[in-house]
Amino acid sequence: MKQSITLTINGTKSTHEVEPRLLLIHFLRDSMGLTGPHIGCETSICGACTVAVDGKAVKSCAMFAIQADGRDVVTIEGLASNGKLHPIQDAFWEEHGLQCGYCTPGMIMTSRQLLERNPKPSETEIRHGIEGNLCRCTGYQNIVNAVKSAAQKMGV
Amino acid sequence: MIAQNFAYAAPSNLAEALKLLADPGAKVLAGGMSLIPMMKLRLAAPETLVDLRRVPGLNSIREEGGRLRIGAMVTHYELESTPLVRAKCPLLAEAAANIGDVQVRNMGTLGGSVAHADPAADYPASLRALEATVTLASASGERTVAIADFLIDTFTTALEPGELVVEIGVPIEASGTGVSYKKCLQPASGFALVGVAARIAKTAGKITLARIGVTGLSGNSYRATGVERKLEGTTGADIASAAGGIADGIDANSDIHASADYRRHLARVYASRAITEALARAQ
Repeated sequence: MKQSITLTINGTKSTHEVEPRLLLIHFLRDSMGLTGPHIGCETSICGACTVAVDGKAVKSCAMFAIQADGRDVVTIEGLASNGKLHPIQDAFWEEHGLQCGYCTPGMIMTSRQLLERNPKPSETEIRHGIEGNLCRCTGYQNIVNAVKSAAQKMGV
Repeated sequence: MIAQNFAYAAPSNLAEALKLLADPGAKVLAGGMSLIPMMKLRLAAPETLVDLRRVPGLNSIREEGGRLRIGAMVTHYELESTPLVRAKCPLLAEAAANIGDVQVRNMGTLGGSVAHADPAADYPASLRALEATVTLASASGERTVAIADFLIDTFTTALEPGELVVEIGVPIEASGTGVSYKKCLQPASGFALVGVAARIAKTAGKITLARIGVTGLSGNSYRATGVERKLEGTTGADIASAAGGIADGIDANSDIHASADYRRHLARVYASRAITEALARAQ
């Protein structure tokens, strides 16, 4: 039986009827048309579906949409403002922190969490911080460079 | 990867939650980091999920009677980052920091992990070394059991039908006690192939207290009391000999990741590392 949920997504509040078993990632992609969060492994390992719920990075394939009732969800689509990329997005562009791009939305959402909690991470801390996100192009070096560069830009 | 249909409830108080949990088809949803993947694989198919996120009081951490009392819904991230836990029970903070990845630590809870009783989870090694207690609530009242009596076997605990883990109690570490948690992780899952937690206190150069907990090695976590006895009363000069007995009498797991012999070997190596670090931190 469907149940009603009211949540804020990228700053806009709305109400929806969902089956309790609907995963947050399916809700975001199929019901809301937000295809930025990707489905990679769908087993809560790869992190491609990472979004922020009440400011915490979570894997949206390991959470039901109904658990987001009353909460604030931010997806990769919610980062840029007025046509201007978020500094982390900018840094991934500048540092070529992506190859195929599949892992990128999740990488950026997790990096955002990392930099909120630790604005000046060491390289080890960056690698530890993005452990929950896999890049199958294995482009980690440039991803780490991008997070370092973003930390510098955001620290100014 | 779609779970079987279920009904969902998010009660706003404990009494209501316990009432819902009295239904045998109901299952508790805490952080969901184990349960939801299991539901997606249809290894679990509860009729009703009772989400505890709106129950007040289950996410508090407080100091009382020489112990830290930690609500079941406190997340791994909160345990690793809360100054009170880091200062008063550093072993638990260290175990929490070693779990999964940041997204898992943001959602996963202490109570959920303990109730799930995964034999390769990180907490049991530390909770056994800490001689933690688990408080359970049901419609008919509360009871508190020792962690050693709570963790019965693989995915099996002392929880009775309708009972809920509400709180975990750990001692406030006496100043000078050294602690360490060392694990060899399975790189894809982050679970412990073997994890060893050590708590060591020294007085006048002699070890007065040694508590060693082990996870991942066998179907249930355990306290290596033989190793503890070999350490207590000594200066800790012969760690290798004490750690050598860590797997004595244990039926070690064997799977595609590590054979039983290799796991026993890892247990000796990681016990040695954990004891060495705890001893170095003890004053």
